[in-house]
Amino acid sequence: MAPDSPPERNLPPQSVAGAPFWDATRDQRLVLPWCPACAAPHWYPRGFCPTCLSEDLEWRPSDGVGTVAAASVQPKPTERALGGRVPYAVALVDLDDGVRMLLQVVADDPWAVAVGDRVTVGWDPLPDGRHLPTAVAEG
Amino acid sequence: MAPHPLRGAAAVVGVADAAAPSGMLDGSVPQLEARMIREALDDAGLTLADVDGVSVNNGLGWAPSLELAERLGITPRWTDSTQTGGSSFEIHVQHAAAAIALGLAEVVVVVYASTPRSDFKAGTGGWGSRQAVGQNPQAEWERPHGLRMPMGAYALAASAHMHAYGTTSEQLAAIAVQTREWAAMNPRARLQERITVEDVLASPVEASPLHKLDCCLVTDGAGALVLTSAERARSLAKPPAFVLGAGTAHTHAMISQMPDLTETGGVVSGREAFRTAGLAPSDVDVVELYDSFTITVLLALEDLGFCAKGEGGAFVAEGPLGPGGALPTNTNGGGLAYTHPGQYGMFLLVEAVRQLRGEGGDRQVPGAEVALAHGSGGVLSALSTVILGTEATL
Repeated sequence: MAPDSPPERNLPPQSVAGAPFWDATRDQRLVLPWCPACAAPHWYPRGFCPTCLSEDLEWRPSDGVGTVAAASVQPKPTERALGGRVPYAVALVDLDDGVRMLLQVVADDPWAVAVGDRVTVGWDPLPDGRHLPTAVAEG
Repeated sequence: MAPHPLRGAAAVVGVADAAAPSGMLDGSVPQLEARMIREALDDAGLTLADVDGVSVNNGLGWAPSLELAERLGITPRWTDSTQTGGSSFEIHVQHAAAAIALGLAEVVVVVYASTPRSDFKAGTGGWGSRQAVGQNPQAEWERPHGLRMPMGAYALAASAHMHAYGTTSEQLAAIAVQTREWAAMNPRARLQERITVEDVLASPVEASPLHKLDCCLVTDGAGALVLTSAERARSLAKPPAFVLGAGTAHTHAMISQMPDLTETGGVVSGREAFRTAGLAPSDVDVVELYDSFTITVLLALEDLGFCAKGEGGAFVAEGPLGPGGALPTNTNGGGLAYTHPGQYGMFLLVEAVRQLRGEGGDRQVPGAEVALAHGSGGVLSALSTVILGTEATL
């Protein structure tokens, strides 16, 4: 690797419970774990339904549309690969499906990201072919 | 109605803590633990031979209380290594008081030491016990997204509170300003210069909306408590600080799982502590609130009932927390200015006891009879409230 090439993103660990999610991100598809008995999705994947403890789960596609519930601008990166992006906003996003995810926000002006903003899930490539979901700000 | 069986059954009879303006202490964690236990036992007029219970949470080894007992050369018949981060020690006091009330132990030591600042300077580590290690859900579902921790998690809670209630950065800053007034009277505090709201707002943004001066220190620190039965407490060297009530609640581990970003488990832990004590917020003379960040204090004031939910910003802006205020809070200078070695809850308890004994020196709250210590662990995750009182409150 050339000394001036940009550093790659750190690889998130992949749990057994989260594997179907990560596999779908290779095709930039957002899927969520659902419990058919409870008729509800949950986040994060843990291999069972946190409401009824059933292990009989289905992975269903999500439209990936949601609303910012809280946001914080990060003036310093948490890893070298993010150094070129600062400042960037990180938000808690309530997807319309009914789950809350922590996501980095893609926005022209991170300081303008506000509670109540509508966002759509986008994708950040990882070195191993997986993708990290992001929240793409409208407008 | 009969009083709760925990109320007044046990008392804190010895305390010790160590902190320095340099932010650093001499000695290893095991040495500091032993030093604190020695000083706290001396304070109580007891010796190691009296100790039959240990509570510790230090991130060393594989079984903290077991290894501590070996180092001390004692055989405790009761033990607790509960780890909830910064609130661990409030939970240890709750558990110890219950154990003493049931006769499972008679003299319990609770100890904590951590040297993150020295470790960082020596290149042998950093934040110590606050560092998330290994594979856990946070590593998979939160850390990859670039939120600085722990301040980013608190920043998200502050963001939500500001949106819901109109809370401002100036109001959060007022907490840091009032806390620093107490620190200015504590010669052992790391930061002793008075500051203004403008100073806080002019300090660098660490994770919006939190500025550097909204954030706690990273220092070395150590402390210990000795608890025993109410009966034995009355025969010892210092006035007992009776455990009047205690309560605990966990709501989440990761910030993305917090049920309501504007309300903590302090609602539950506070209600249980006041119910056990048979007291109300208006009965409390001195308040020691976990201040990892200014938002932590604001949420605690609301959740414990010192002001209504959503009114914390306007409440603190009136200046009640500082010396001479209506609600003296964090009288040692807190984690914002006194010391913060990663799990601050020990120092809340030590200062509460000293205030009840009248040992506060320049920063003594006159006539303090009831003191509240409210620990917060994780990212607003694990809350535990302890209410202590003098003999007059029984």
